[in-house]
Amino acid sequence: MLTAAERRRGLSYGAITLFGVTLFVAVAVLALLAWDAGDTKARLFSAYTARVLRFTLLQAFLSTGLSVLFAILLALALARQPRFPGRVWIVRLMAVPMGLPVLIGALGLLGIWGRQGLINDMLAMAGGAAPISIYGLSGILLAHVFFNMPLAARLMLAALERLPAEYWLLSCGLGMRRLSVFRFLEWPALRQVAPGIAGLIFMLCATSFTLVLVLGGGPAATTLEVAIYQSLRFDFDPPRAIALAFLQIGVTGLILAAMSFLPAPEETGMTAGRSVRRLDGQGWAARSGDGITILLATIFLILPLASIAAAGFKANLWTLVTSPAFLKALWTSLKIAAIAALLAVTASLAILTGREAVADMKRPGSLARSFSAALSATSALVLLVPPVVLGTGWFLVLRPWGDVAPFAPVLVAIINALMALPFVMRVLAPAIETHRRRTARLSESLGISGLARLWRIDLPVLARPLLTATSFAIALSLGDLGAVALFGSNELTTLPWLVYSRLSSYRSHDADGLALLLAMLCLSLAILGTVGRREVGHD
Amino acid sequence: MTSGIGIENVKLRLGSHAFEFHCEAPAAAITALIGPSGAGKSTLLNLVAGFETPDEGRILIAGQDVSGRHPSERPLSLVFQDNNLFAHLDVFTNVGLGISPSLRLSTADRQAITRALARIGLEGFEKRKPGTLSGGERQRVAFARALVRNKPVLLLDEPFAALDPGLRLSMSNLLLDLHRETGNTVLIVSHDPHEVARLADDVIFVEAGQIAWQGTKSDFLLKRDMPALTQFHHE
Repeated sequence: MLTAAERRRGLSYGAITLFGVTLFVAVAVLALLAWDAGDTKARLFSAYTARVLRFTLLQAFLSTGLSVLFAILLALALARQPRFPGRVWIVRLMAVPMGLPVLIGALGLLGIWGRQGLINDMLAMAGGAAPISIYGLSGILLAHVFFNMPLAARLMLAALERLPAEYWLLSCGLGMRRLSVFRFLEWPALRQVAPGIAGLIFMLCATSFTLVLVLGGGPAATTLEVAIYQSLRFDFDPPRAIALAFLQIGVTGLILAAMSFLPAPEETGMTAGRSVRRLDGQGWAARSGDGITILLATIFLILPLASIAAAGFKANLWTLVTSPAFLKALWTSLKIAAIAALLAVTASLAILTGREAVADMKRPGSLARSFSAALSATSALVLLVPPVVLGTGWFLVLRPWGDVAPFAPVLVAIINALMALPFVMRVLAPAIETHRRRTARLSESLGISGLARLWRIDLPVLARPLLTATSFAIALSLGDLGAVALFGSNELTTLPWLVYSRLSSYRSHDADGLALLLAMLCLSLAILGTVGRREVGHD
Repeated sequence: MTSGIGIENVKLRLGSHAFEFHCEAPAAAITALIGPSGAGKSTLLNLVAGFETPDEGRILIAGQDVSGRHPSERPLSLVFQDNNLFAHLDVFTNVGLGISPSLRLSTADRQAITRALARIGLEGFEKRKPGTLSGGERQRVAFARALVRNKPVLLLDEPFAALDPGLRLSMSNLLLDLHRETGNTVLIVSHDPHEVARLADDVIFVEAGQIAWQGTKSDFLLKRDMPALTQFHHE
């Protein structure tokens, strides 16, 4: 039971957040709707938009398929070899692409698979075969697999490790062969999680911006997001951008609707080090086959990271760190990231308090219940209306007033905050729910409320998840190129934007050094966050 | 000795634990494996099942050395305390996998499965998922699988520990009936003195990785000069 004042406060915090987020998104969408509709309609069905749409879906489809396929092979091999040397580190390595800014990952992939990369050097030495090109569909697929396959493999490994240890003994005692084990044990477990994982990856790939921007090969290989950006930034063709933005909302809306039927992938139940005996993985053939799979995957993941480090250390880091351009970009990035993280965490807390207030009501009316549902949906709104679309809308709103630049940092921070919101909610919601369940009755019976409760009961326990959520949000904003791409300029330069513009102006040594610094910054934040998360899971 | 289990001078080291076993479970009898937690009862069972291989010594089943054989090539069936059934597969499939690990079943096999289910009192449960069964019913299905496998040795690792006392009694009776019908050799890990008194013909007492005592049940029930055993009686 909350006190009447607490409930009122909870409901109003929730209402303010709901209003704020909806207003921000609605203004962007309305601005798009209001703009010269006649011309847009014609653009909606042009050959160009059809081509972009087709490519967007095609690459997302192929990326998802390849990521899931390789992830299944890797997860099966890792699950079969619970005592593989360095296994813990390989599983940790699989979390790195998630914490790595996308732009930096793309640079690492270029360092290995690009024209001057390791693979082409080796091909040239082997006999001067025609160099392979990373630009275009193949590069986009490669990058999407690099970022999404490890995520999928981790989730699938967790699903396999959730199976009771007796299953493996039984299957072994019953004499099941590899194919039977897959058919009766592994596949049923994977089938539970695979659709959710595939949906998530499809969503990420269909709205992929940075990778396609860097690795896409011109008009033939461009996605909706990048096409919107190019329409505004290079061709200044708002009607086309608007048409593409609506297509984008349609596509993401359809994917989200489809995903709502799929189970959400979870990483709980990851039990590294539990004694699982996999006798089916102990034969010579199984060991070498799985070993090769795990080794190849590890090399695939580690090479681009090593390339970032190697190229970065070649740059003159000290000069770079002390250069005014870097310091200015760092300062801008930190300001934006801090505001974004603060906004995201505050909004999450407000949403959660609002939901709690409704849940606490004895008989919530239909109004209260739909309010609660709307609050939950708020955090996912940015998935429906992607950053570039939000940026486009606000760009159109602000342009009549002249220069957009003064508003740009605020817009980027808000958009980053919205992008972080789903992640922040995923960390905070379960932590706060568990904490409330454990302490609510006791603190009520003892009459601890208000500031005393916040200080003595809530903060000591929730400090960790709050830190986790904040560091995730900061890392996301620091590494993001999507929101800043539309507004980036000499007046507004964030670190990723600096890397990108150095890259475009062929000052690649600078770009490499900056990339290394940014990667280290974001990965340390991600590690900080994960450490907190593990302790939350354990208590 | 037709299908007895022999454990001959077996030595095994697992991490910091060292085990040394020398004992036997006579054919067509029920031998209870008792002892404090962590003494090595399950390790002994795992050695017989083939999930562990001895560093030294031999494991014999029906007079044959099975020490190097894969678990599936040993003439035995297994029942654990929990998770004996694959939760996502129906009862029929779970039992069927005991006959053919790739589920290639003949008509005779299918009839055998139905018969086995009827024998353990779960007629018509073929299409049910384990999640819809009670704990006792799930263990019955595990018995049905052992029945269709028709192996001379049955290994049980505290099969009734998760059930409530009333159910334990009826499950012990079922186990006893099946044992008399098939004449199999049973090795059962147990924590429960009443269960041992009810079921066992022979008792093996494991302590600190060694066989501390072995004998018949009547000797076991009378033995009062061993503190560890006395403690077990009073548990």
